[in-house]
Amino acid sequence: MNIALFLQMAAEACPDRPALTHHGKHYTYAQLFSAAKRAALYFSTGNCKFVCLLDTSSPATPIALMGAAIAGIPYVPLNYRLSEEQITPLLDRISPAYLISGPRNETYDFDGWVVQDSADFLSDVLNGEDVEVTWHEDPSAVAVQLFTSGTTGIPKAALLRHEHLVSYILGSVEFMGALEDEAALVSVPPYHIAGISAAMSNIYACRRVVQLPDFDAAEWLRLVADEGVTSAFVVPTMLTRIIKEIDTAKLDPKTFPRLMSIAYGGGKMPVPVIELALKLFPGVNFTNAYGLTETSSTIALLDPDDHRAAVDHDDTAVYARLGSVGKPLPSVEIEVRDEDGKQLGPFEPGEIYVRGPQVSGEYDGRSVLDADGWFPTRDAGYLDDDGYLFLSGRADDVIVRGGENISPGEIEDLLHQHPAIADTAAVGIPSEEWGEVVALTVVVATGQSITEDEIRSHIREHLRSSRVPEAIHFTLELPYNETGKLLRRVVRDWFRHEED
Amino acid sequence: MLKPGTRLKSAVCEAEFMIIKAGDSDELTCGGIALDESSARIEGASDKMDGCVIGKRYINASESIEVLCVKTGEGSLYCNDEELMTKDTKKLPSSD
Repeated sequence: MNIALFLQMAAEACPDRPALTHHGKHYTYAQLFSAAKRAALYFSTGNCKFVCLLDTSSPATPIALMGAAIAGIPYVPLNYRLSEEQITPLLDRISPAYLISGPRNETYDFDGWVVQDSADFLSDVLNGEDVEVTWHEDPSAVAVQLFTSGTTGIPKAALLRHEHLVSYILGSVEFMGALEDEAALVSVPPYHIAGISAAMSNIYACRRVVQLPDFDAAEWLRLVADEGVTSAFVVPTMLTRIIKEIDTAKLDPKTFPRLMSIAYGGGKMPVPVIELALKLFPGVNFTNAYGLTETSSTIALLDPDDHRAAVDHDDTAVYARLGSVGKPLPSVEIEVRDEDGKQLGPFEPGEIYVRGPQVSGEYDGRSVLDADGWFPTRDAGYLDDDGYLFLSGRADDVIVRGGENISPGEIEDLLHQHPAIADTAAVGIPSEEWGEVVALTVVVATGQSITEDEIRSHIREHLRSSRVPEAIHFTLELPYNETGKLLRRVVRDWFRHEED
Repeated sequence: MLKPGTRLKSAVCEAEFMIIKAGDSDELTCGGIALDESSARIEGASDKMDGCVIGKRYINASESIEVLCVKTGEGSLYCNDEELMTKDTKKLPSSD
């Protein structure tokens, strides 16, 4: 079980099908497979222990991933937006590596490393004779190592072994399931788990990938139209920007007749945004995918039928599912547990645990799975009567006010429905009296206004009084990282500095 | 022993397989002839030549064995003289 088998099978079954489009240039499965074999040869020539990609999406993304897999060397895509100060300690942890890098201000030159410019790497591997390479066949070898975004501390190196990734793909994707004219627009960066799963699942489905290296809503819409895109994956902030761009550029979504499906994930989608998207794209199938790096991507799905049922339904329980992440994949089990590890029933909030063959739950060789193979996600949430999973935020984000657990999501979900509020985040700030109290930061919607008192009375009207914020801070924009994850640490710092 | 990840070839056709799950004593045949790691060509048993298809997963009734076909061929796949059948993948919406 080696993930490069997916590319070999695609190259075998449909060698001349276009596999990838990058800046208008097409690459077939046969081209990618023979490039991956050449890459494997380069990677295994020296003594490199890792293959590192430090660049935006390009043909080098699937080639380095699959080439490293053939060679049996862990593939480590790094966030190219990090500063030199942030990158150096990560590079120290993957030495010696074969580094494929895009243009950068700093240069890397370490003993025993191979450092190559992405363009040079591509011209080397895309040209020349077909080579035969010896495959590294060990299902328990590490295929991919991803550094977590480190929003709460030092980045952790999550390890995904071939067996995890292969289980995920075989269990969720039908080989050659895509028609010849299908195309998936991939705008997530290569270092995100969604970037890894997009590369693998589209290769296995034999679906052409159209790469958008730096997300921009106008460019995204242009590619959808010009490249005949049929499906796409977006993070919530991308969808918000796409909707905004359709509005400002006065585009008619009917100009994208080929777009059939949009999947979203990677962060909490505000219900009003998905409702608007469903109205704007009535012919498009929407799927909410919930997953983590440590679980080889998706573990639960809210499928297109669930979306349609929710908007068409007067039943509040069914409508509420628009805010859920759906049901577990067939091969995955999900449980919600309390702090003592006791399994909780429907609507009882706790920490989400997951188990299944695609779940790695391993960092730097240290497994955090419990004795029965369950992975504590550190995500907080609950299940409804029918097994739909609802997320309320990271377990670490829970605000503990006088012993009462308050989920920031509860307050944020209410305020997202308010027409005068464009965006909002609730965090806990220290309080001598309560231990922690709620602090709220609010982005007022364009052309609207709302006062602190109005916000407080709105919350008091709908939620328990403990949810009423002690402090409110107005801002023009909330801090998100480039994959749409809200940086609550930064929001907390704002309040800390206000006190100083 | 058939370890997960082991790649095997048919002796009667172009077919190739990868073991996903198997027991220690399971014996796999294609077209009536045992699978192995070389692609020697032998004539298969004519009643065991219904074919196997790339991308399909083959299982026995008890699901104690599971094999992925990675290259299409004319022979049909048996385990311990039981013909294997294709495993239905629940069609999931694309989430990547």
